[in-house]
Amino acid sequence: MAAQPEKMVTMPMTADKHIEIQDLRLAYGTKEVIHGITFDIHRHEIFGIIGPAQSGKTSLLRCINRTIDFNPAATVAGTLKVDGECVRNVRNVYELRRKIGMVAPLPVGLPLSIYDNVAFAPRCVGMTAKSDLDGLVEKCLRQAALWDEVKDRLDSLGTKLSGGQQQRLTIARALSHQPEILCLDEFSIAIDPVTTMRIEEVLKELRHEMTIILVTNLTQQARRLADRAMFLWNGEIIELDTNDVIFGDHPKDKRTYDYVMGIFG
Amino acid sequence: MNSPRIPSATTGTESGSASRFTATPFVRKKERREAAAKWIFFSMAAAMVLPLLWLVSYIVVRAMPSLSLDFLLDPPLRGMTEGGIWPALVGTIYLIVVALAISTPIGVLAAIYLNEYARENWFHRVISMAVINLAGVPSIVHALFGLGAFVYAAQFGYSVISAALTLAIMTMPVVITSTREALASVPRSFREACWNVGATRWQTIKAVVLPNSVGGILTGIILEVSRTAGETAPIMFTGAVFYKAVERGDFFPYQLNDQCMALSMHLFALSTQVPGVKPSLPFATAVILLGVVLAVNATSITLRVWLRNRKKW
Amino acid sequence: MALPSLTGKSLRPARPLWAVCGEKMLELLIRFCGVSAIIFVLAIFFFVFKEAAPVLWSKNFNLTQFLCSPEWYPTSVSNVRYGVLALIVGTACVSGLAVFLAVPFSLGAAVFISEFCGPKLKEVLKIVIELLAAIPSVVWGFIGLTVTSKIVQQMTGAPVGVNILNGGIILALMCVPIIASISEDALKAVPDTYREAALALGATRWQIVYRVLLPAAKNGLLAAVLLGVGRAVGETMAVLMATGHAVNIPHGILDSVRTLTANIAAELGEAPAQSEHYRILFLTGILLFFITFVINVTADFVVRGIRQK
Repeated sequence: MAAQPEKMVTMPMTADKHIEIQDLRLAYGTKEVIHGITFDIHRHEIFGIIGPAQSGKTSLLRCINRTIDFNPAATVAGTLKVDGECVRNVRNVYELRRKIGMVAPLPVGLPLSIYDNVAFAPRCVGMTAKSDLDGLVEKCLRQAALWDEVKDRLDSLGTKLSGGQQQRLTIARALSHQPEILCLDEFSIAIDPVTTMRIEEVLKELRHEMTIILVTNLTQQARRLADRAMFLWNGEIIELDTNDVIFGDHPKDKRTYDYVMGIFG
Repeated sequence: MNSPRIPSATTGTESGSASRFTATPFVRKKERREAAAKWIFFSMAAAMVLPLLWLVSYIVVRAMPSLSLDFLLDPPLRGMTEGGIWPALVGTIYLIVVALAISTPIGVLAAIYLNEYARENWFHRVISMAVINLAGVPSIVHALFGLGAFVYAAQFGYSVISAALTLAIMTMPVVITSTREALASVPRSFREACWNVGATRWQTIKAVVLPNSVGGILTGIILEVSRTAGETAPIMFTGAVFYKAVERGDFFPYQLNDQCMALSMHLFALSTQVPGVKPSLPFATAVILLGVVLAVNATSITLRVWLRNRKKW
Repeated sequence: MALPSLTGKSLRPARPLWAVCGEKMLELLIRFCGVSAIIFVLAIFFFVFKEAAPVLWSKNFNLTQFLCSPEWYPTSVSNVRYGVLALIVGTACVSGLAVFLAVPFSLGAAVFISEFCGPKLKEVLKIVIELLAAIPSVVWGFIGLTVTSKIVQQMTGAPVGVNILNGGIILALMCVPIIASISEDALKAVPDTYREAALALGATRWQIVYRVLLPAAKNGLLAAVLLGVGRAVGETMAVLMATGHAVNIPHGILDSVRTLTANIAAELGEAPAQSEHYRILFLTGILLFFITFVINVTADFVVRGIRQK
């Protein structure tokens, strides 16, 4: 890093560590899928994770918000700290999950009304005042670029929306509990390019509010959005650097170059 | 493989395209077998359906002379050789209500535990095995259990409550199994979405899982009603009696610690224990019992079909 | 555009304490109910065994005699003997005959429903199976007593219509829906790709059934038959009413017998509480409990065999 001081300029000025991961290992049964990875994610940056399928990207996100606990076969080793607190020792796991907004690859509209979909998480923590909820629901739907399309039918079922709308609903839901970290797991695979661009605009604004982890198959999307990017392959970090390096002409590892250029394999 | 070759299909192009797809003896044999198999299996399925229709219609025809509104509302008369089934009907309803009030909450919660809380380990397997065995233990052993545990050990005596408790434990697997199926039909992605926003397990269950499986749970409960109505052996020694004097049309003849009559028990008594019964009387009782059980089941099936057609996703 | 602050602590209310505690209590209750099935099974064993136990240690009880003697004279004045061999043989004969009659029909029906018939007919047949399975055993017993026994008497010329054949027929009718529906599930569980692959090779449906489906689903079918056996052995009211009441080792299919279950149902009412006879009846209950326990556990293991493959 010291040899490339000019790269530091693109890094966020507040480069304190929001998530620290050290030697994280994850195994499903006897099959290890993440082989001891170590990296940090800085506060208020957009951190892109790229890599082919089966490279452990989604599993990594599930480790961060500890929904991996619901898979009885999974065993996690190593340390993973959010805000300096090790997630495995965290006392209130629900508090942790509320700190992290998670958007799954496939849109999931809960079989509730659109309003209830977004109000679900605040209600879970005891926010019941109608006026508060109304404001929050509108804000989140606006942020997810969905408000204008659904503002007249907030009572209809979330599952009846189109795929792209459901995905934005999922994003609105992830924002509804006011997370400090937003994890987007290939959010764009079910949405059309125009909507994707709109959400990307939203993300660029949200980065002032929160740390964003962007897992994506679209290397161009990571290139457009991310401050730093990590190339994960078969559960190992091939390369982690600023965007300019990863997507530039001279990444350190040839495999990164091949993958980004689409001549991998 | 020593199966015969198919000459015209395998000898190549020189046999001419017109004859290539004509049936060879082997193909014809194959088709004959196919047709025969189809008819054999059809007749086997028919052999299962026809007796049902025949038996039901036979019983109904034999029951005709006794079937009337008075038959439902009258108590048995003249040493049970005439009259109606009112006390038995009310007794069965009592047993169903009490048994359901006990077994439904436990059964539903047990199913929630098995499907939502328990992890896939040996303990989970032991519980599943216990549920299977609870369903598989002979009804007469349940009767012995009810007699030993509720009548004597808990000192409830021969009573509605003893009989209903026995029935409740016996029919609980019905609720557990159908509730589990209903819960499992809610996609896992819904649960994950809820967990991701920091909802606890119970909040997830309450908001998303239960509202979408309540129909399936209801079907299970209805099925349990039919099971409870039909069982005889478990109540024979725990609270049901052959005869109890009840006024015509009296809706509340029994206390919880009284003995009661029950339809199934009444049918058993009429057909084996009472000499000189009017011949159509047991048939009419059987028709009512069968009618109740089949109607309840039909309701459950209708509900299931209706729910399947209006899924929310 | 400046977005309003999302991370403001003021918008992060905590759940009220009573809600958290209530939820904990509820989860505790759920866990307890989850374990209740185990408790009930253990309680069944415990209470039945508790009533039976004293006789096991009494002087004039002999386990070998209990299991191997065909002499059942519980109310004899001079020489009381409790031998359940005749009852076991009776149970075996009736259930054996029932399963023998039921298996071909129910497997045939299952194959027809799953492979040969159209979707409408399939729906109807499945509903019929469900309704058949719902008919209470006392109604079956009544049918056995009043309808089939007359037919059996006329067809075979047997002195009494209530005999092994009659009981077997009634039990078979009761077992068919159970075996058929579980078998149908097992056949349904065979992946469609197997069928498609076989069809692509030019197999007829019958060939698919006996070359592909039956081997692939054999564990499930075996489990279905086992559960049918369990039902037949444990059935009480139907055999009580349909098999006659003679405690003897049968010599032919037209003899009357009594089964373990029917024996308890018939005599428990007359046996004085806490008497030796009463305890012996509970002991036969334990015997039944174990027989069905073994059958059910075996069936479960057979089914698990499929899943692990």
